[in-house]
Amino acid sequence: MITAGVDVGAKFAKVVILRDGQVVARAKALVGFDVLKSASEVFETALKESGLSRSEVQKVVATGMGRNAVLQKPPINADEAVSEVVADAAGAHQVVPTVKTVIDVGAEEGRGIKVEGGKVKDFVINERCAAGAGTFVEAMARALEVNVEDMGALSLKSANTIPMNAQCCVFAESEVVSLIHSKISKEDIAKAIHDAIAGRISSMVLRVGVERDVVLIGGVALNPGFKPPLEKELHASIIVPEFPEFVSALGAAVIAANPTR
Amino acid sequence: MTELQVKEYPTQPLKCWEQAKNIRKNYYEDYLRAHEKGGLRWAGGAWTFSAIPAGLGEDVYCVTGEPYGATVAFFKDFAAKCHDATEAAGFPRTLCAYMRNYWGSILLDKYILTDGTVVDGYPVPDFIWQDHICCSHGKWYQLVKWLEKKRGKEVPMYCVDVSVGYPTDSDIEEYKVNYIVGQLNDGIEWLEKVTGRRYSDQLLCEAVWNEIKATSLWAEICALNQAVPAPLDEKTMYSLYVMGTLMKHKPECVSFYQTLRDEVKERVRRGIAAVPHERYRVITDTQPPWGFLKIFREMEKYGAVSVGSLYTFGLIGMWEYKPDGTWSPRSIPPQKPQTREEALRAIVEWTMHKPEWAHFYLPEVKTKMMTDIVKQWKVDAVLLHYNRGCEGLSLHIAENRFGLIQAGVPVFPFEGNMGDERDFDFAGTLARLTAFFESVGLKKLKE
Repeated sequence: MITAGVDVGAKFAKVVILRDGQVVARAKALVGFDVLKSASEVFETALKESGLSRSEVQKVVATGMGRNAVLQKPPINADEAVSEVVADAAGAHQVVPTVKTVIDVGAEEGRGIKVEGGKVKDFVINERCAAGAGTFVEAMARALEVNVEDMGALSLKSANTIPMNAQCCVFAESEVVSLIHSKISKEDIAKAIHDAIAGRISSMVLRVGVERDVVLIGGVALNPGFKPPLEKELHASIIVPEFPEFVSALGAAVIAANPTR
Repeated sequence: MTELQVKEYPTQPLKCWEQAKNIRKNYYEDYLRAHEKGGLRWAGGAWTFSAIPAGLGEDVYCVTGEPYGATVAFFKDFAAKCHDATEAAGFPRTLCAYMRNYWGSILLDKYILTDGTVVDGYPVPDFIWQDHICCSHGKWYQLVKWLEKKRGKEVPMYCVDVSVGYPTDSDIEEYKVNYIVGQLNDGIEWLEKVTGRRYSDQLLCEAVWNEIKATSLWAEICALNQAVPAPLDEKTMYSLYVMGTLMKHKPECVSFYQTLRDEVKERVRRGIAAVPHERYRVITDTQPPWGFLKIFREMEKYGAVSVGSLYTFGLIGMWEYKPDGTWSPRSIPPQKPQTREEALRAIVEWTMHKPEWAHFYLPEVKTKMMTDIVKQWKVDAVLLHYNRGCEGLSLHIAENRFGLIQAGVPVFPFEGNMGDERDFDFAGTLARLTAFFESVGLKKLKE
């Protein structure tokens, strides 16, 4: 069976195509103002990579905050939409079958999900502010005048601990500026930023409890500076699967292939 | 979207709906026009011993603060003006949202009616009769008195301290009853002094008896919601339990609840549902975000119905554990009180068994009541409102969440505010609620 999962996130749209449970294509691109257009372009790229046509994909499931934009709308014509929480659980179980806790940190949202056999047992999502998510790192990278891709590696160069607030992006940015004026090194500030996000995410995840195996997914999982402080906060080792940003789209594709799951 | 085929129950509107609307409308208007009728006005909380001022005469009208704050919250434009006024006066937005709505109304010198009509001139009470149920209630009317004084009005105030805990056994200790009865006896003397009226023990006994009957009747109505399909949904119940928060001591309240009880019994007998596609039953907790009751309609799209809450059942309804372990409507005393002393003791003993006290003192008792509601009302999940607008009823709510999860009950917590729409993210909450419903296997029935 050929299925596809489309994850229309706050910043990126991701598509995974599965043939009999095996990934045959992945694609992602930034989501523009026209969500359907952006997602459709990514979908088209994935189709090209797989060498398939739309008519050969038997079922498409959409997820992500923009999922309704592609639901039953051409050219994607997603057959169904599921929440990120359900897709995350299914995707994480596909890549790590022993997973019990999923932590998904994307551009705007962080989620902690307790999982059993790929099904959601309990979950928590950050309220309102994106201070504990990828957008926060981007904002802080701008303040530090560092490429966002370099923030993780920069933070790993520091062994110092500087307390910082990650409850609000705006206040945190002011704090970073103060630290810069206090001649604190960029490495130390970068570490403080990652420590702060890890603190915020861990306090949220602890509300549902942490049970091994713990899997970290979402775009922020690509940041090497985030996993160490999060492991320290949670007192647990964390598995980051290959292509962590595609796990939610993968979950949607898995759900499409197993409608009765 | 493909519509799922699920069983459809018959449904019909409540026959006594208009009556409920009129009682509530008249209540607010009676308070406004009390002086035109030569009557008295008093202000105080919904939990207060409202039967006591009833001994001053049948022309004594009150407006209770929490329902008034909720009415303000429902009309978001007026609520926003009230918030602005309280914040401009220097009060922080983290205080009780009902209290801020109430103060805002005074500061604006405007009074709102149940249809949203805003009347110029906030009707100043002749006296304040309050009790200290939480930290906010202790200060609420102290500030009202101060605000009125700034406008040149001297409003006398009497407060009853009720901090004697919640009786987990069936009986409340004698010394605790004596402590509160003593304050009420002093309060009656105070009422005579500040109003210049002669106090009627006969009217007091009537009012106490009305309150006992009304609060037991409401519990009886809530117990009928154990039926499947539920004859009432919680959104509707909010418009019905409110009578008990406004006038639990009045004969109109008893009479209305008798009518409602009979109608709900009939709905159960005929299998009339509040929500036609009921297939998933939830309860909530604490006051809802009043400006966003449409969230209940969103739930219905999944076939989910809220059949009530410890809050809706127990804020007014009086309950007890029966010998068989079931949580059931509290049996009323064998006879109506005949003297002042009998009346005061009866109302104190009755009131101190209000289940909502457990929120303040004993989270484990509250959790037990909630898990028992889950079992008896055949509930599938609990939606917990982390209500930033009410410190009192949000106290220990995270502990209740753990207790429910340990008991195997799915729990969906959400943040919000009963009276300040700025603290409620409707779209975000709906997205999370959707995820929750999907996680328990529910799909949307229709758009």
